[in-house]
Amino acid sequence: MTGYILRRIASTVPVMLIVAALVFLMLRLTPGDPAAIIAGDNANADQIAAIRNRLGLDAPLLLQFFQWLGNLLRGDFGESFYFKKTVAELIASRLEPTLALSVATIVLAVAIAVPLGVLAAYKRGTIIDKIVMGFSVLGFSVPVFVIGYSLIYLFAIQLNWLPVQGYQRIGDGFGGFLQRLLMPALTLSVIYVALIARMTRASVIDVLEEDYIRTARAKGQSELKVLFKHALRNASVPIVTVIGLGIALLIGGVVVTESVFSIPGLGRLTVDAVLARDFPTIQAVILLFSLVYVLVNLAVDVAYTALDPRIRY
Amino acid sequence: MSVETTPLAVPPARKTAWFSRLAGDAGTLFALGVIVVMVLVALLAPWLGTKNPSEISPSLRNKTPGFEQTIRNDDGSSHVFKYRMGTDSLGRDIYSRVIYGARVSLIIGGTVALLSIAIGLVIGLVAGYIRWLDAIVLRLMDGLMAIPAILLAIGLISVFRAGLGSVIVAIIVPEVPRVVRLVRAIVLSVRGEPYVEASICAGTPTPLLLIRHILPNTVPALIVQGTFICANAMLIEAILSFLGVGIPPETPTWGNIMAEGRGLFRLYPHNIFFPGICLALTVLAVNMLGDGLRDRLDPKLAKRV
Repeated sequence: MTGYILRRIASTVPVMLIVAALVFLMLRLTPGDPAAIIAGDNANADQIAAIRNRLGLDAPLLLQFFQWLGNLLRGDFGESFYFKKTVAELIASRLEPTLALSVATIVLAVAIAVPLGVLAAYKRGTIIDKIVMGFSVLGFSVPVFVIGYSLIYLFAIQLNWLPVQGYQRIGDGFGGFLQRLLMPALTLSVIYVALIARMTRASVIDVLEEDYIRTARAKGQSELKVLFKHALRNASVPIVTVIGLGIALLIGGVVVTESVFSIPGLGRLTVDAVLARDFPTIQAVILLFSLVYVLVNLAVDVAYTALDPRIRY
Repeated sequence: MSVETTPLAVPPARKTAWFSRLAGDAGTLFALGVIVVMVLVALLAPWLGTKNPSEISPSLRNKTPGFEQTIRNDDGSSHVFKYRMGTDSLGRDIYSRVIYGARVSLIIGGTVALLSIAIGLVIGLVAGYIRWLDAIVLRLMDGLMAIPAILLAIGLISVFRAGLGSVIVAIIVPEVPRVVRLVRAIVLSVRGEPYVEASICAGTPTPLLLIRHILPNTVPALIVQGTFICANAMLIEAILSFLGVGIPPETPTWGNIMAEGRGLFRLYPHNIFFPGICLALTVLAVNMLGDGLRDRLDPKLAKRV
């Protein structure tokens, strides 16, 4: 058991190394000289060479990679070409909105999707099931930003219930923070709800055919308890897996949602960095998001044993 | 749509039965209908009452849907051009842009699906069959899959200059590892089958063995996967355009029409809603077709998801 967890943790190291190598190579193979970009239009060749030397851009590629990797491990993500700050500072200042949006989305999505999925499984084949599944396919098909703009149009422009865009830090008042977070979180949760509801339904349908469900019913357990205690508990492993895998979708959605609602988070930073071709920032953000994705899935794998004691490694 | 590519071993009589079963499902029939209409719209774009989608008219900026412009002809008579979906902030006709946009969105969906499947199939077959290569390929694919798809795509776009080709490449790269994993899993499950071993004993060269005996097993799953990739590709194209890293606005796509409508959304929401509805409807149809195909072609998977 402990051995399995250690092996599983160790297995993330090569994956992250490959991600680091891919990210490093991808952005180092770009045409265009970052030193020339930083130096600006009026710089002469000597100034550009000095900047190139200062950033270590004139060293051999492999050496640059290991230097870069060593710096990363020490928490030094380099200096942003465009924002003229260290990337670590930049990320730290953008972390709160993204974290708040992601947590709110996951909570909202699970709270909506799991009961919906259980309901669809329980009412399998009926009109309720079809509506839930129809919504699920629809959720996969509408781009995040179209959902976002539709909600803005309805709730902010037509009904005037919620502010159109923007973000309020949690320290500046919790009410305003929640009020501004509600629409972005709702927008972002649509695709996640679709994903989780689908998996919950499939998993609960499988479990409902088991003998112990019949036993639970036979001893007079209420349907609600049968569904949420006996069925859902045993159906939870695939559901938690899909929540973990869905983090990739969530991260993609964060990038878009932050742009729609003008939230100054890491997603917006990613887009700004790409538009400015600010490579140190792009590299750091992609690596950070990938690391989060890999670690969440690691946590999910380890959580299996807690959720389902039958699983032994 | 995909009737011609059903498993090679299926006799022709069953092929039609399979098709009628697929079409018998109301959802799939609706999906096929929408896709056929969209393909026709894309093909017939110049004859659907459109004008040049890139024509800029400063005097006709930001007109609401239904605006009518009277155009005087040279001989003194006049005719009326109706802007069914209004105009954008440069006075371009949204209706024409949406109709022409169907072309690019469908081309991207189709191209990405075909190329991802083709590339993933080759890598997956080789990795699944040649053991020493397997570990290396798998690690590389795991690394690629650890980067969320949209991030990988915008990262790749930042490397190339944005254009149709680079957008297609940027959408394909994150899709390939999923195809590779799918193909590899199928190869591993059939390589122990008696007919494969018999073929090895008979001295069939490896490439021929892969193509003749192993590849046909992957076809049903790949058709299903290809449909979902197509739907996803159209969505990602729209997202890339929306973020400003997609296809430049000279070529209208549903994504970049919406991107250009962002700034004036509060006043003129039609810039986003019309292309948004077309995109959502098309992606929905392709997803529903995928679900229908999966139920028919890949019952094992259909039960699980």
